[in-house]
Amino acid sequence: MHLHFLDPYQPRNSPVHALDARLKFVLTLAFILTVSLTPAGAWPVYILLLALVVSAEVLSGLGIGYVQKRALLALPFVLAALPVIFTLYGRPLFSLPIGGWTLTASVEGLERFVSVALKSWLSMQAAVVLAAATQFPELLQAMRAVGIPRLLVAMFGLMWRYLFVLVDEALRLMRARAARSAWGTEAGKRSGGSVAWRARVTGGMAGSLFLRAFERSDRIYVAMLARGYDGEVRALPLPPLRAAGWFLLAAGLTLFGLLLIFAYAFWG
Amino acid sequence: MLYSPAPMHIPDGFLSTMVAVILWVITIGVVGYALRRVGKDLGERQVPLMGVLAAAIFAGQMLNFTVAGGTSGHLMGAAIATILLGPWAAVIVLTTVVGVQALIFQDGGLLALGANIFNMGIIGVAVSYFVYRSVQKLSGGKTWGLYVGGFAAAWLSIVVAALAVALQLALSGTSPANIAVPAMGGIHMLIGIGEGLITVGALAFVHAARRDLLHIGEAAPTGGKAVWVGGLVIALLLAVLSPLASAHPDGLEWVAEQKGFLDTAQQPLYNLIPDYVFPGISNEALATIVAGIVGTLIVFGVALGLAFWRRRKTA
Amino acid sequence: MHHSIEIEHLSFSYPDGHPALRDVSLRIAPGEKVALVGPNGAGKSTLILHLNGILRGEGRVTVCGLPVEEKNLGRVRAAVGLVFQNPDDQLFSPTVFDDVAFGPLYQGLPPAEVERRVTSALAAVKMEAYARRVSHHLSVGEKKRIAIATVLSMEPEVLVLDEPTAGLDPRARRGLIHLLRDLPMTMLVSSHDLAMVRELLPRMVIMDEGRIVADGPTAELMKDEQLLEAHGLEKM
Repeated sequence: MHLHFLDPYQPRNSPVHALDARLKFVLTLAFILTVSLTPAGAWPVYILLLALVVSAEVLSGLGIGYVQKRALLALPFVLAALPVIFTLYGRPLFSLPIGGWTLTASVEGLERFVSVALKSWLSMQAAVVLAAATQFPELLQAMRAVGIPRLLVAMFGLMWRYLFVLVDEALRLMRARAARSAWGTEAGKRSGGSVAWRARVTGGMAGSLFLRAFERSDRIYVAMLARGYDGEVRALPLPPLRAAGWFLLAAGLTLFGLLLIFAYAFWG
Repeated sequence: MLYSPAPMHIPDGFLSTMVAVILWVITIGVVGYALRRVGKDLGERQVPLMGVLAAAIFAGQMLNFTVAGGTSGHLMGAAIATILLGPWAAVIVLTTVVGVQALIFQDGGLLALGANIFNMGIIGVAVSYFVYRSVQKLSGGKTWGLYVGGFAAAWLSIVVAALAVALQLALSGTSPANIAVPAMGGIHMLIGIGEGLITVGALAFVHAARRDLLHIGEAAPTGGKAVWVGGLVIALLLAVLSPLASAHPDGLEWVAEQKGFLDTAQQPLYNLIPDYVFPGISNEALATIVAGIVGTLIVFGVALGLAFWRRRKTA
Repeated sequence: MHHSIEIEHLSFSYPDGHPALRDVSLRIAPGEKVALVGPNGAGKSTLILHLNGILRGEGRVTVCGLPVEEKNLGRVRAAVGLVFQNPDDQLFSPTVFDDVAFGPLYQGLPPAEVERRVTSALAAVKMEAYARRVSHHLSVGEKKRIAIATVLSMEPEVLVLDEPTAGLDPRARRGLIHLLRDLPMTMLVSSHDLAMVRELLPRMVIMDEGRIVADGPTAELMKDEQLLEAHGLEKM
């Protein structure tokens, strides 16, 4: 059994997919930084930023629906920002009497909440497009290009390579557990054993997973040695970025810069 | 969906730029140091080991179990990684896990990644190391030290990391401290029990099958004392700071407001481009409408361009 | 002329004291294709790991004229290509290209030469189109072929394979046998797949309990029912 669905990469024949991963990586990070720096209440700038990321979604052929579905993953976290509507002082908006207490929402509080939610939503979409339109190995090259240490990049690569192998193992363990759990999943019924016992069983499964990881890493190490590995992480040099690439990078960064100037000029 | 995000991973948008950047700087410093340490202290065998163990921790996070109602416990893995590999390698492993979660699964933001690595990879590991080593010393190397130390390290690392998340949110002005701290702390005191039990179960399995593996992390590494002290300080600081912040939320709010992070930079910019330079769109409502139209045009233009490009490719 | 593989009085015990090889001697001439058979735990894998110095026991191991010792390890590992049983352990890089390039890269070859080696190794296993693919999306048979390419790219004189047909479906197994038949280099293949041995490898070495118990033409040894049965092998 293979967990292809774990890999977010969606192969398409699109200009976004064809774009150099280094550019996508840097532009995505710059976009998220721009979103983060945009002040609360600069709604027009948020609209333009949304237009940019939605354009990327359209261009990439991923479809807006697909990206939105994945982008909503961060939604539950918005709860953390909800109280700020009531706790931030400012012009009162409305009051909610709860028992003996009165909660007063402020305009500033609502503005902050909406900006946090918007920022999160916009950033998430950009990250989803990056992950879905870029093969992870290319992303690893981009990470090398921006100066992330080779050892760490090698670690990311190894983790990604064995993620799917080990998740398969974990799923087999879970299936074996489920096959022997008489009342496992039925709603409304108490499952077998105490929480502590269930946790210990799960812990044992995790332990065996770690043990297999240890043993596998020994075999990988031997396979690396057999091909000359000497402890140093090596890689082929990256091809230079073409002129068009540099131009696109400069254009993107300039655009983000202009949007920020625009935002601070009016809403700073 | 098998993969459920844990509330420990902060998405983008929830941290102010300043908080995110400061945590990035700290994280880069510590992870950079850990990389140098790992390169020096550990054999070349460690490279595949750390990579595969990172994958195992990720896979281990799928082995959730029902606690009560709809909630389930699953693994963060800082404690087990620290106990199995020692603190420096554990920092690298957790950095890898959290980084891949953000890059591939959007579990936690990219700008917030520095903070997430800091919370889980640095605070989690330092606190785990401090607790585990202390209990080990007290137990004199007996087996109960392994289990008690493992449980306590796992539980406390989760709780302290959660408090750190709450404080960062409060400091960013995203969530008031008097709500975020008790909420995050309270939930994770429960989640931490799950983490502790799984960690103990995993340790028991490894102890029974391959006791020798438990010694890798036991040998005191160079800089181990500093990590121990770091863990102690972080645990104490957050244990004291969080209730304090929770009791005086306005204090943190005030910091978030006053330090305002960008206020200083905003002033000159604001003066540079006064409203009348753009007389046509000085009105905010009008600006919003214009932006809406321009934005729609961008998307429409891109869609049209794409359709044209596709047709030319297939033609 | 030197032998491809020359082992004299090799003995090895694992750290726990368990003896895995007892006084093993073996010579393989260039171009020979030899099968290594015997029950699990006979010492086949341990012997294989001695051929490029990952394990080192007492005795003498010479590969392509090079004694297997610390100062020669780099050249020895380039001369002997080891293909392990589980391709998931052998393919540890993110992409097929990275994996096939790993050996040449550590040989210190210039980038252009590395690329040439990768292209020709993938061509040799008929997987040219797979360079940019990601290993975990491949079938077991495809992974096996790529695993062989990862050592072919080092242009070894000797190819050593551990259980190459294990876990393959009949069609993939057939394809792999044809591939191995067409490769010109000296070959030592450890396997339980006696049908493949008979078809592909004219010489057979039987190991049991750390010793070589028989060494001769495959066709003859296969007829010796008593010998086969004594070492847990089935006559075909």
